[in-house]
Amino acid sequence: MVMDITFKDVGYTYQVGTPFESRALHEINLTLRDHAFTAIIGHTGSGKSTLVQHLNALLKPTSGTVTIGDRVITPETNNKNLKPIRQKVGMVFQFPESQLFEETVAKDIAFGPMNFGVSEEESLKRAKEMVQLVGLKDAVLERSPFDLSGGQMRRVAIAGVLAMKPEVLILDEPTAGLDPEGRRDIMGMVQRLHQENQLTVILITHLMEDVANYADQVVVMENGGVVKVGTPREVFSNVQWLRDKQLGVPETAAFADQLIKKGFQFKQMPLTETELADELLPQLPQAGRNDNVE
Amino acid sequence: MAKIIDVTNLNYRYPQQTEHPALKDVNFSVDQGEWVAIIGHNGSGKSTLAKSIDGLLPIGEGDSGTIKVGGITLTEDSVWDIRKKIGMVFQNPDNQFVGATVEDDVAFGLENHGMPREEMVTRVHEALKRVRMLEFAKREPARLSGGQKQRVAIAGVIAQQPDIIILDEATSMLDPEGRVEVLEIVRKLKEEENMTVLSITHDIDETENANRIIVLDDGQLQESGTPEKIFAYGNRLIAMGLDVPYAERLRTALRKRGTIVPAQYLNEEGMVDWLWTSHLKM
Repeated sequence: MVMDITFKDVGYTYQVGTPFESRALHEINLTLRDHAFTAIIGHTGSGKSTLVQHLNALLKPTSGTVTIGDRVITPETNNKNLKPIRQKVGMVFQFPESQLFEETVAKDIAFGPMNFGVSEEESLKRAKEMVQLVGLKDAVLERSPFDLSGGQMRRVAIAGVLAMKPEVLILDEPTAGLDPEGRRDIMGMVQRLHQENQLTVILITHLMEDVANYADQVVVMENGGVVKVGTPREVFSNVQWLRDKQLGVPETAAFADQLIKKGFQFKQMPLTETELADELLPQLPQAGRNDNVE
Repeated sequence: MAKIIDVTNLNYRYPQQTEHPALKDVNFSVDQGEWVAIIGHNGSGKSTLAKSIDGLLPIGEGDSGTIKVGGITLTEDSVWDIRKKIGMVFQNPDNQFVGATVEDDVAFGLENHGMPREEMVTRVHEALKRVRMLEFAKREPARLSGGQKQRVAIAGVIAQQPDIIILDEATSMLDPEGRVEVLEIVRKLKEEENMTVLSITHDIDETENANRIIVLDDGQLQESGTPEKIFAYGNRLIAMGLDVPYAERLRTALRKRGTIVPAQYLNEEGMVDWLWTSHLKM
């Protein structure tokens, strides 16, 4: 089945009819395509988290409709029949390792599928597969999740979501608090899941480098609305617009922008240092080829 | 300049892991008013070193070395005097609050020292002003953003008027705005109050603010130098728990393509100037 997710005129208001009523989303029209890698960016409080909680029906819209695959969710949808959606759309929350609780890694990963009615035997088999999928060794299965490093614990938590065999994987700041090497490892793993396991990935992030390196679509949110949708190159080409919105700018785009002001010209906005170096080459004096450097 | 922290021949093992030392023969000192960043991959001993300076580690047989803070040697008797000189801010902004309001929280440490109420009120006011959180004095800490929470934690530290502030990955859980806010406050404290700063970090921007970077690996001090010197290590920085600065990544990419690049590390501004000057020679 095609797992496109479509928002039509979606609005969401917290605590309707109370003095604390607050509108978090309004007039959202958006399609997240099957098998795409979409990044959602925007300030803290722009509505990113509220938006993604609609993707697996943790929240129902207070107006409009959300279509997830063949399921249409409206404000009137009965909460009872939402479980199959939550199996298809896996959600990795921020600092997911804080939700680990079982005595062994294997049991922790198997908990999710068992909760969805999968047998214990099958769930433990899946735990073994998932541990490999997230790049950990079999030996961790019988260890306590609390004896692992921060980066390893986070992988176990992600494995627990993957064990439900979702088609869509939502990750909310999956690398927050990790060191640069840990960040790189986790993002490499997410890219592999996207490319090799055909997962649809939706990434909430503040790290524009990750958006530039991995995403094929970017959704920019502000004050509960979507203000721009495009490829990373489309969104990041207008550095001034990003600055006006006080959003981050990928390092390469920020650097290229300074060079453009000095009179350099680029065919398109470079997004990585290799793209920038390629474009700079004809604009700089050359030495003889130097093939000995690393 | 006066040495405010002086560590000599420090060796440490955690009680549960006696076969593998956490710190091996570490020697270093920090001048009054200096900002020193400590880097290293996870498990390299960074946090152990910071905790040892604050006397937070249980000392066992076989542990050795001397730690002097402000000229006082750390012993069981002097530990409380030394802790008064040092304020620590930890990684998780949610684990550091005890008060029901922001001002109660900042006052907590002072109440513990039995300070008269009047002086306490002044100190809390000043500390919150310094971190630009005065208007939040009556708020609940839980409702603040991550960056605001860390600023309140810093206010709690500076209300005690320490000479040294230790940041143990204090910006790593914050969003980019929060990180900028916190670093700006710390930079001001250093410049205006001559505060000594020791920051344990993986963040390249945080290390760029430092006067000196110390690299730990496997409990040993590997390197010590200015950010310019350390940043020139290029890809080796990743093993040290840091990212490679952008200008350095671009320098490497250009060199691989046969361009003659400057021999030493340039910061971004230097790199832009160098590219522009080269471009004009075309």
